[in-house]
This record gives sequence, C-alpha cells and structure tokens, in this order.
Amino acid sequence: MVMKPKQVTCTEHLNPGNLACAACTEVLGFRHALKVLGPNTIAINGTGCLAVVMQMGVPKVPHFHVLFENAPAVISGIDDALKAMGKRDEVNLLVVAGDGGTADIGLSALSGAIERNQDFIYICFDNESYMNTGGQRSGTTPFGARTSTTPVGRAVQGEDRLPELRKDLMAIIAAHNIPYAASTSIAYPLDFMERVRKASTVRGPSYIHCHSPCPTGWSIESSRTVEVARLAVETGAVVLYEIENGERRLTQKIKKKRKPIREYLAPQGRFRHLLDDPEAIEHLQQVVDRGFAATLASMS
Amino acid sequence: MKTEFWNGNMAAARAAQRARVQSIAAYPITPQTHTVEYLAKFVADGELHARLTKVESEHSALSACVGASSVGARTFTASCSQGIALMSEVLFFAAGLRLPIVMAVSNRTLSVPVNIWSDHQDTLVNRDTGWIQLYAASVQEVYDLVFTAFKIAENADVLLPVIVAYDGFILSHASEPIVPISQEEADAFMPPPGQGTWPILDPDNPQQFGEVLFPEWYPDFEYKKHQALVGSLGIAAQVWREFGAITGRTLTPIDTWFCEDAELLFVGIGSMMQTTRAAVLGLRARGAKVGLVNIRSFRPFPEQELRQALAGAERVVVLDRDIGYGTTGMVYPDVLRALYALPQRPIALNMIIGTGGKEITPQTIERCFELGLEASGERTVLWPDARGPEEGIPYDESIQLPPAPQPGGCALNGGAG
Repeated sequence: MVMKPKQVTCTEHLNPGNLACAACTEVLGFRHALKVLGPNTIAINGTGCLAVVMQMGVPKVPHFHVLFENAPAVISGIDDALKAMGKRDEVNLLVVAGDGGTADIGLSALSGAIERNQDFIYICFDNESYMNTGGQRSGTTPFGARTSTTPVGRAVQGEDRLPELRKDLMAIIAAHNIPYAASTSIAYPLDFMERVRKASTVRGPSYIHCHSPCPTGWSIESSRTVEVARLAVETGAVVLYEIENGERRLTQKIKKKRKPIREYLAPQGRFRHLLDDPEAIEHLQQVVDRGFAATLASMS
Repeated sequence: MKTEFWNGNMAAARAAQRARVQSIAAYPITPQTHTVEYLAKFVADGELHARLTKVESEHSALSACVGASSVGARTFTASCSQGIALMSEVLFFAAGLRLPIVMAVSNRTLSVPVNIWSDHQDTLVNRDTGWIQLYAASVQEVYDLVFTAFKIAENADVLLPVIVAYDGFILSHASEPIVPISQEEADAFMPPPGQGTWPILDPDNPQQFGEVLFPEWYPDFEYKKHQALVGSLGIAAQVWREFGAITGRTLTPIDTWFCEDAELLFVGIGSMMQTTRAAVLGLRARGAKVGLVNIRSFRPFPEQELRQALAGAERVVVLDRDIGYGTTGMVYPDVLRALYALPQRPIALNMIIGTGGKEITPQTIERCFELGLEASGERTVLWPDARGPEEGIPYDESIQLPPAPQPGGCALNGGAG
C-alpha cells in the first residue's frame, strides 16, 4: 500500500530556498518526510550535505545539526529527557543522516540507540559516498564506482573491495530485531511517505533507508536524478521492501523482466570507465542478480 | 542532616540526586564506575525520578546529555581518563551550545602505559573546551561542588557546562564523613529542574541549533562564550555564599593557608593540597615560613585572587599532577600569568609530582620544599618523585626513594614531621 496523491498535504515544512545543488534528492526526501510527520517534529541532523544546506532557517520545525556520528545518541537523550519530564507523547523525533554518518562513523551510536529501544525515526539518505566533503567512498559505495578516494587509475579502476563486503545497512539494522525498517527510494515518493507514516506509528526505533542519487557526486544530469533512482529499482540494484516485526514484505511490484544493469549505470559518470568493458558490466550484472535473488528469497 | 560516611563517587551521585537531575547518561570507566551504579540504584529504587540513558560509549554519553539538555532537562554525567578523551569532541560542542550539563570526573591518567590511578591529565588537557572546571580537595567538597554546580551552570548569565573533578581512588573510593543537605534545604536553594531559561528544541517555538557561523561573526561568538566563562567566577562565588548561609560551608575560588608571612608558597589543585596542608603544618612546627594556595576554580582562573595571595612570597612552587609534554605542567603557566603583574616577582618553580597515581605523601611535599629553597630558578620544571639524571631523585638504583609512610605513621591530621 502506498499513499495516494490526494492524501499528501500541500503544507510545506521547509522554507523556500536552500543551498543544495540543483536536483538534490536528500532535500526532496526531507521535505516529503516532514509532510508526513508535520510540525510537531524535532529533526536531528547528523553532519552531511543536508545539515549544511538547511542552515539559515530553512526548516520550519526545530532543527539541530549535531556532530557527524552522534545523532542517534543525541536523540536518545532527547527521548529519555522528554519521557522524564512527561512531554514525550507530544512530538515526533526524527534523525536524518547520510550513509557515511550511518554506515561508518555513526554505526555504533545507531546500534546502541536501537538496542535501547529509544523511540525515534531514523532516515538514512544513501548517496553511496561522502558527498559533503566532495565525494569520497563510504561503506555503501558500490563496486566499480569512481569516487575521489577510489579514482580510476592505471592499476585500480574505482572501488575494488569485494562486492559482497559492501555494507548492507538494512541487514545490519534488521539484525537488531528493530520493530520497523524499510528500504525506499527517492523515485517512489508515495511509497517513501507511507513508510515514514508507518514508522511514525511505532513505539520504539524505526529505520528508513532511502536510496538517493547525487547529481554532483555521481555525475548525473540534474534533470535525471529521479530517473536514475527509478532505474536502480527497475534493474534490481535496489529492492524496495519493509520489515515489520520480523515480517518481510516487498513494497514494490517486481516486473518479470528486469532491465539490464547497464541502463542504470550508463547515465552515471562514476561508472563511465566500465561502460566499454563488457566483462566488467557482466560482473556487475552478476553482483546485482545475486543480491536481488538473495533479497527476494529473504521475504516472508 | 546527620553525618554520612561516603566515598567521592557516592557523594557525587547523592549531590546529583539532591539537585533533582532529570536525565543522566553515562558509561562506566574505572574509577568513576560507582557513580553510574549508585545512580542506577537510586532510579531503580524510585529514589530518583530521572531517566538513565545507558549508552554504548562516552562519546554517546555526552551526546545524550546534549540532547537532554537541549530540551531543557537538568542533566548529569560522569567520566574520566580515556572516557573524556573519547568525548573530547562533544566537550567543545556542549560548551558552544551553552548547555548547562554537569559532569563529575574522578581524575585518572591516560594510557599508555596503562594506568588506572589518579592524576589531572584527563581534565587539564580539556581545559580549553569552554567548560567550567572545579577541583575538589575532599569528599565533602565533591558533594558541595557537584550540587552547587547545577545552580552555577544554569544561571542565565553563565549557561556553560561544568566539570567537577576529584582524584580517582584518593577521593572517589576513600570514604570520609560528610554532611549532606536535606531535600527541603536543597529545594529552597535550587530552582526546580526543567524550568531553565536557555533556548530549547520546542515545536511551538522552532529554532535551529548547531548551525554554521561564518568568519565575520565567529569572533563575536567566541568573545561571548569567553566572557560568560570569565564572569562565572563571580556568580560561582555568589552561589557558594548562598550555599554557605545554609550549610556553614562557604567555598571560594581559592583557599589560602599561612600566606601572610610565608617565604615559600605552594600552589596546586586537588586532594594533594590537603596533603600539602598537612606537610606545611609540620614544616611550620619546625619554624619554616611556608604556606599554600589551593585553586578550586581552575576555569575560570582566579587570577586576581591568586595574585593577591602570592604577592608577598619570595618563592612560589606550583605543584602539577600532570605534564604538558615539551613545556611545563598545565597549572604553572596560569600561575605565572598571575605573578607577572607583580612589581616584585618571586622565583616561580614547577614541580611535577604524583603522575599516574604515584603517592604524594607529606614527605613528597617536604622534598619539594627542600628543592624549592635550593633551586636557583634557572631550571623551572623539576620532577621530585621521578628517577632522572637532573632531578631530586638521581637515576641511581642504589639511592633509595624517600621512605614510604608506615601504616598509621603518616599523620594527615597535621602532625606530620
């Protein structure tokens, strides 16, 4: 089930004008999340692009840019303090962070906050590298991608760690037996908003992973970011699903014939060096096929 | 209130309870651990109506305190040593946000070599984080300082976090008789929790925290933070006078003992100044003109008070239970700054003692006294309890260290000879 367009409010909780690159999907996601959560929300923002571009009063809700790795700990303190003061029921507690802050530097803080059953919604906008510092690789950077710390050279071309070792955040979070987690994409806003709505009804931690192509870091034309995000789903590189009290369910219809991975890679400059290499493309296709099959097989 | 027999960690926990803290986040580390355990027990027994956030690291401990304080809760934590080193980033963050968090620190040195015993390295390396730093010399002071710290921190003209530091094991684990204040007295003295006037995250009044400040305005921000810290000295003194009116115990930014006619004055922080007092009494009994100044408020630094206290001395010996590698101990430069404006400046020596918990006895202080009288002043940094070629204890295994005090023979009550 997804939200219907007429269920989406016209009320905006971001003021117009911000410092993001044109076609930034992270801003889009934050905007959509706030439409669902409404004005009674406190947003804690781990360091990243979003924290920087939201400065000078863009959000209309209380917005706290914390450190890179401590957003889950800060929201834990807020959750417990509001409980101690008898004010917890009045407000949604939201963390927004990137994949660097979530998969890498902030993973232990997030793990701790989930394990303590803190009551908050965590949205990770995954653009698969450290974009705020100019596009260095992260724990979620896909195999073969060019970043500024996995350059294309004569000896090594792009990210070369084994594809299986890329951090699967949904699996890591699911291993905590979290009450609610969802894999979402910026290209499916009604689905994303429905997942955020569901997360907001959970008493305890909930996690939303949002695949968010970065036009600047991935070298995509800014008119094509949403299209690229959709191609990720249509090729099976990203699968949309939710885990509700251990029940795993696909949230997007899977077409019988998936598009070849090349269609997802081709619009992205970060994979340009692979496009003329059929072997590499075939290898990436196999990586995606294996991941897709494994995710489908894991459904309840 | 009847006299209790508490160790420093219990005194810190009980003081936080009396202040009616609402939010606590802490991570265990020796020798602070009891503080967290005591507070957990108070909460479990229903004696303390607070939430204890049992975080997964010290970095998260102080981060959770930042969260709690940013929605207006009265907030407490405790740590030391590696724990403070890990939360260092958040120390700056909390002070920059002007959040009135109180942290009890049972001082312990830093690895490596691994060592769980006390010196002041952990808090002193964080002296420039924007926190108020107060040093207790007894368990009673731990209690009084932790309790009053909330009122100082939450003062609308201060709004800065406070560290109350006390020596690990020496104060954290040693029990002393102490007199707590009653809850009625505490409630009359302390504003109710959660009523603070600092900016909070509130959907009814949305504000943005932790945002970027460009260079044009940055100095103004730093200046205000600095001025608030400087100004907190007078506010602390006022809070301590009010506290003294209830308890009869008035704390002051510095303590002075036998300063009037002293030729040599010791200056330092922490429990070693109690030992120094005992040694000074013994030296006085033998006719030496010696005294001491105990610095209780290290940040803000009581420059004027210290200058006045040290004005008549010919020699000043600054005892540092820490070392700023490559230069001097970390208390020494501030004392020099206080001395600099004097028309006649004394010889000022820096003695590094008791690092890594090496026991400081009255004999150690007597050794410092002898070295202090002998020293020409050409070499300023001496290590009286370390083995080294140039120091009080030559690097020669055949030469014995000053004898350790015999059980029952070390009279800390003032009779040491």
